[in-house]
Amino acid sequence: MFQILQNVNVDWLRHRKVFILVSVAIMLGGLASALARQLTPGGTEAFNLGIDFKGGTVVTAEFKERPAPEAIRDALLAKGVSEVIIQPVTDKPGEVLIRLPQMETTETVAQQGETQVDIGRKTVAEGLKTLTGGVQVEANQPFPGEGNGFKITGTEAVGAVAGAALRNQAVAVTLLALVGILLYIGFRFEWTYGAAAVIAVFHDVLATLALFSIFQIEVNLTVVAALLTLVGFSVNDTIVIFDRVRENLRLHRRSNLYDLTNESVNQTMSRTIITSGLVFLSVLALVLFGGPVLRSFSLALFIGVIFGVYSTIAIASPIMVWWQQRLEAGRAQAPTAGSRGGGGQRQRPASGAKASAAAR
Amino acid sequence: MKKNLLTRVIIIAIVTLLGLTAIFWPGRMPTRNDFTAAGVNNILRQNINLGLDLRGGSHLVMQVQVQDYLRRVTENVYNGVQQAARDLGFDIKEARPEISGDTYRVVVVANDTSRIQEMREQLPRRVNDFDPSAWTSSVSGNTVTWELTDAAKTALGNRATEDALKIIDTRVNALGVTEPTIQAHGSTNSHQILLQMPGIDDPERIKSLLKSESRLELMKVVGASSPAGITTYPTEEAARASLGGTVPPNRRVLPYDERDEPTAAGTTRQPGQASSWVVVESPAVIDGSELRTAEAVTGNPAGGDDAYQINFTLKPAGAQKFGAWTAANINAYMAVVLNDRVKSAPYIRQQITDSGQISGNFTKDSANDLALTLRSGALPAKIVYLEERTVGPSLGADSIRAGVTASLAGLVLIVLTMIVYYRWSGINAVVALLLNTMLTLAALIVFDAVLTLPGIAGIILGIGMAVDSNVLIFERIREELQTGKTVPSAIDAGFDRAFVTIIDTHVTTIVSSLFLFVFGTGPIRGFAVTLVLGLLANLFTAVYVSRTIFIWEMSRKLSRHGRVETLSI
Repeated sequence: MFQILQNVNVDWLRHRKVFILVSVAIMLGGLASALARQLTPGGTEAFNLGIDFKGGTVVTAEFKERPAPEAIRDALLAKGVSEVIIQPVTDKPGEVLIRLPQMETTETVAQQGETQVDIGRKTVAEGLKTLTGGVQVEANQPFPGEGNGFKITGTEAVGAVAGAALRNQAVAVTLLALVGILLYIGFRFEWTYGAAAVIAVFHDVLATLALFSIFQIEVNLTVVAALLTLVGFSVNDTIVIFDRVRENLRLHRRSNLYDLTNESVNQTMSRTIITSGLVFLSVLALVLFGGPVLRSFSLALFIGVIFGVYSTIAIASPIMVWWQQRLEAGRAQAPTAGSRGGGGQRQRPASGAKASAAAR
Repeated sequence: MKKNLLTRVIIIAIVTLLGLTAIFWPGRMPTRNDFTAAGVNNILRQNINLGLDLRGGSHLVMQVQVQDYLRRVTENVYNGVQQAARDLGFDIKEARPEISGDTYRVVVVANDTSRIQEMREQLPRRVNDFDPSAWTSSVSGNTVTWELTDAAKTALGNRATEDALKIIDTRVNALGVTEPTIQAHGSTNSHQILLQMPGIDDPERIKSLLKSESRLELMKVVGASSPAGITTYPTEEAARASLGGTVPPNRRVLPYDERDEPTAAGTTRQPGQASSWVVVESPAVIDGSELRTAEAVTGNPAGGDDAYQINFTLKPAGAQKFGAWTAANINAYMAVVLNDRVKSAPYIRQQITDSGQISGNFTKDSANDLALTLRSGALPAKIVYLEERTVGPSLGADSIRAGVTASLAGLVLIVLTMIVYYRWSGINAVVALLLNTMLTLAALIVFDAVLTLPGIAGIILGIGMAVDSNVLIFERIREELQTGKTVPSAIDAGFDRAFVTIIDTHVTTIVSSLFLFVFGTGPIRGFAVTLVLGLLANLFTAVYVSRTIFIWEMSRKLSRHGRVETLSI
């Protein structure tokens, strides 16, 4: 058999303090970045929130000959749009993404009952027309033979109300998902296992968000989808190891939980590497070929997969062991505790035994 | 063992066949063309329900401004109560509507408390469309107050939203949009409507058309009745002054959009600014609900671009009313009022029964649009757009290309890795994976689920997670082989032990996908759906199909060598 890891025997849990320090450092770093960005005047926001959450307009325009971003920015400034982000699309020479924040409604526009959704796109079209001498082409028509022209190939506009609602929903759903997982794992194993798994997953989500804040990667609806997928993936990883721990506990009643957990991690290490590697490869395919629309999504998964594997070993396992041992220390009577070999305590996850009995 | 294997192979074959049929069956008898690459492409495009972000189209979320509707209801009661007081001879000091925030009230202040209870009972009875269960009335001193109840507010709001939805439905269909989706969106209190229009990449015209209120009213112009011209006033104040300062309930002051005469001296007016004001009688003689048809026609055969006008006809009841009224008002002027603006004021020469005209500065497009909105009925309240996502066709095609490329790349990477690492068993896993992908696609088609760009990402991720199941099983088999078990029992042990873990991992991912489905709209939902379908298909392929292949391999080796010593894994 071709095996990359044979008889791995690393004491993972010994390094748990280092692991926890690293995790805390990342999250503090994220928090620091978020606060610093939010509080410095004239600085960027804590998160680069996409229009899905902040409201605003993103217009995808295709030019026959794309002007320089500064020219576009000036043209839009002349129309009263000050905070605009121009993003030339790298793999398409004529295309550019124009992002506008929420715009104030002026009196005359409000008379006609228009809202943010309409203003953004109209203003951009007006501004771009000044660059092409008034030539705007329908999306499915070809460009004129002479002179420049532009088409608006895509628009996304979200009003402030919708944006805020989506933001609240996103947070609510993520928390609900975590609760759902806590309940399921608590039911299948013990609640300490469930709690440890949820803490690990929560850490993954926060760490990913921390990196998103530090590097100002855009957070939009697809990122939320990626985070929820990441929750599922990270829990998968944790379950595989907990399953093994449960099985080993039944087979080796004498060992203590600490050694058993290390052993379980080592036994499943080759599966972990291969699976994570394969998921990593499929996410890599997405990052490389998925296109700009999925960029934030792919990056979130990319970072998340790495954290997912890390957290299973570095966070979920140590927390579970520590918690179980504390619980047992509370329950065990003094005389029988240390008399067996190994000097550890006996663990019997009742629901775990029930579950694996059902599987046989 | 052999019989077991045969049953399994038959089941797998049937499932595969069903899956392939679901994907590739064109829905009619196949022709020669269907077997070319282009033909297959067409069939796939037809069978797979592509989302807007892949097909191109427009996604709009609009909100019905229910507070406008409630305000109109309140004002209607206010007008009615004021008129009723006059008719019944109640001497009141003041009547006014009180609308603020979420409260809608009509207040009547009498001079004394003598007939206050009478007023409270009798005044509302004479108001049109007054629903006593919707209002609570209270008396305090010499003031009677009617307030709209919360239940009524909710009921009216919901009714307004439903009516608006039907009208928008009519309008969108009249425009000839292919396969639009129109439905209520969000919670009932949000009064939001979702509209999805595939293939529309410039929704501006449609958006204004949908928003257009198109309230038509025909009213009598107050003033001199002579063929010389209607009585107009240069400003709103002048018009009001002619009524003695305040506008009584049976009169309205409206702006008049006179046609721009090219020879008129003076400034050209802004669109939206009236050139003059007129006073009309209220309520209207005829309103939009009595319209039978409305059509855009060229007014002047030799006319230019703005010579279009709308011809409309009335339903029988309305025609009768109109006929009686015009007969009684020959030599007067009739105001054709659209959305509270007088568009034209034709002279009533003789009795008109069932038809009329609206003329103004209409171009062909604006006339057609107006005719369409009149036919569909007036919107009960204003519509405001909350969200718009439009994807042009080229952007959609780009996304499809990106998605497919990423899928294939991911698949290739995974296949290579599995074969290199697990050798012949790797091929076993690859077969299961390909079957999984095919079944996921088939399930999508069968359930008519929408495939979006995140949905394609979901298929890729589903493949990644599906292969995890195979890895779990294979690693377990390797472990069992290392402890010295025979090949067949190692395989059995591997599948059995890994099954529990596979169920656990699948359930948790499905649980988080369910939350995604409930929360998400459009593209996100597409992602959750494809991921869940992929995982469910995986339970079949990674466990049942993989095991069948192993069983087949075992039986082949047994029949050839009489025993099974090794396993390529």
